[in-house]
Amino acid sequence: MLKNRLIPVLLLQNGLLVRSELFKFHQIIGNPIHEVERFNEWTVDELIYIDISTDDKYDLRRGDHKIRDLGDPLQILEAVSETCFMPLTWGGKIRTVDDMRARISRGADKITLNTAAVKKPELITQGAKVFGSQAIVVSIDAFRHADGRLEVFITNGKEATGKTPSDLARESEARGAGEILLQSINRDGTGEGYDLDLIAEVAHATTIPVIACSGVGLYEQYAEGIKAGAAAVAAANIWHFKELSDRGGKRALAKAGVNVRI
Amino acid sequence: MIAIINYGMGNLRSVKNALEAVGGEAFVAENPQELERGDKIILPGVGAFGDGMTNLRSAGWVEKLNEEVGGKGKVFFGICLGMQLLASIGTEHGDTEGLSFVKGKSIRMETNGDQSLRIPHIGWNDVEITPESRLFAGMKNPQAFYFVHSYVLDADDKQLVTSVCNHGMNFAASVERENIFGVQFHPEKSHKAGLAVLRNFVNLPN
Repeated sequence: MLKNRLIPVLLLQNGLLVRSELFKFHQIIGNPIHEVERFNEWTVDELIYIDISTDDKYDLRRGDHKIRDLGDPLQILEAVSETCFMPLTWGGKIRTVDDMRARISRGADKITLNTAAVKKPELITQGAKVFGSQAIVVSIDAFRHADGRLEVFITNGKEATGKTPSDLARESEARGAGEILLQSINRDGTGEGYDLDLIAEVAHATTIPVIACSGVGLYEQYAEGIKAGAAAVAAANIWHFKELSDRGGKRALAKAGVNVRI
Repeated sequence: MIAIINYGMGNLRSVKNALEAVGGEAFVAENPQELERGDKIILPGVGAFGDGMTNLRSAGWVEKLNEEVGGKGKVFFGICLGMQLLASIGTEHGDTEGLSFVKGKSIRMETNGDQSLRIPHIGWNDVEITPESRLFAGMKNPQAFYFVHSYVLDADDKQLVTSVCNHGMNFAASVERENIFGVQFHPEKSHKAGLAVLRNFVNLPN
């Protein structure tokens, strides 16, 4: 029987790993390659890497990170794929089929589209034709307004689109996306748990797998995401600030009756 | 040396990285002539059967494989689409002739009416291993591997099937016949279990 997946999300900003809060505040937490080596040792199910840099400056030459000089995110991807013996999804700044090819040829198995999925939705179809639907993940950043209404934001959570997450998920599936990565801007970095209503709504709107993300502060919250309808559960910050976070997350999922790979 | 065939279908770098991690020496063969340098040959790949065969045929890989694998008996390993291409016939988007190293067809998976099961079959799933398998030598049963596919190889001779997975239906997760090997999952993406399979492959006598 197919297992539910538990996935760490790494955020890359200008060559360094960061943690994020509410899509606004970013704090440097480490080296983009060493972290992957650690996850590889832990044999995590899968890895999602998103480049959220807002300008094109990448610099790893810091005194406290003694590793080789890596000039751009594609070089980081290449170095990452050398030690990454698990499925790898890469996102950020992908605007053309050539951008996708550049990432897939360097070791990514899937690419994820966020801003382009709204501004240039035909790219989903073009990518699915060339690389297969399984390689195209649409990443949806949802914001819940004070009145409870959900809206998709793009450009690192800065630009409103007027679309609901369910509509974008349905449209993405119809265009050929293979998976949805669902993030909540309100829950990002809060540790308050997933927005379960958001997950349930989007999971009902599509037949492709939904990867839930944003808000996990306790391992017990993972199982809530699966029960709300997600096929896989992801998180970012909890992976960096707790020891043995894969084992802990898996145990909590298994205890809640979820079929996971241990 | 292990030759990895580059026929424009999928992520070769991961396969090469994983082989090197278990002590194998590998190179990417860009044209059929280069297969002569390989003691073993790997056919990786993600995509459709027809596209795969068209690419293999148009660049002359098929004749060379018949010489090197069929004639000289070099060890040949198909991964994912590469395993399906071992079949005599593919049925994706109409019938296509395959490499015919394993008699049988590549067929679409059926979930037998279970709405909760999705195709493509993507993710980690348990594989039941038969003890005679050379690829799984020394490994415990069952093992979880990472799969991404919609089609499977349905071999005429079930004796060739050395491991089985279930997703709505039982299907062959691997086949082995003399110098021919195939796995439906991605060993290069399946962590320690996958690396163990690749290590067994690297250690097979040439």
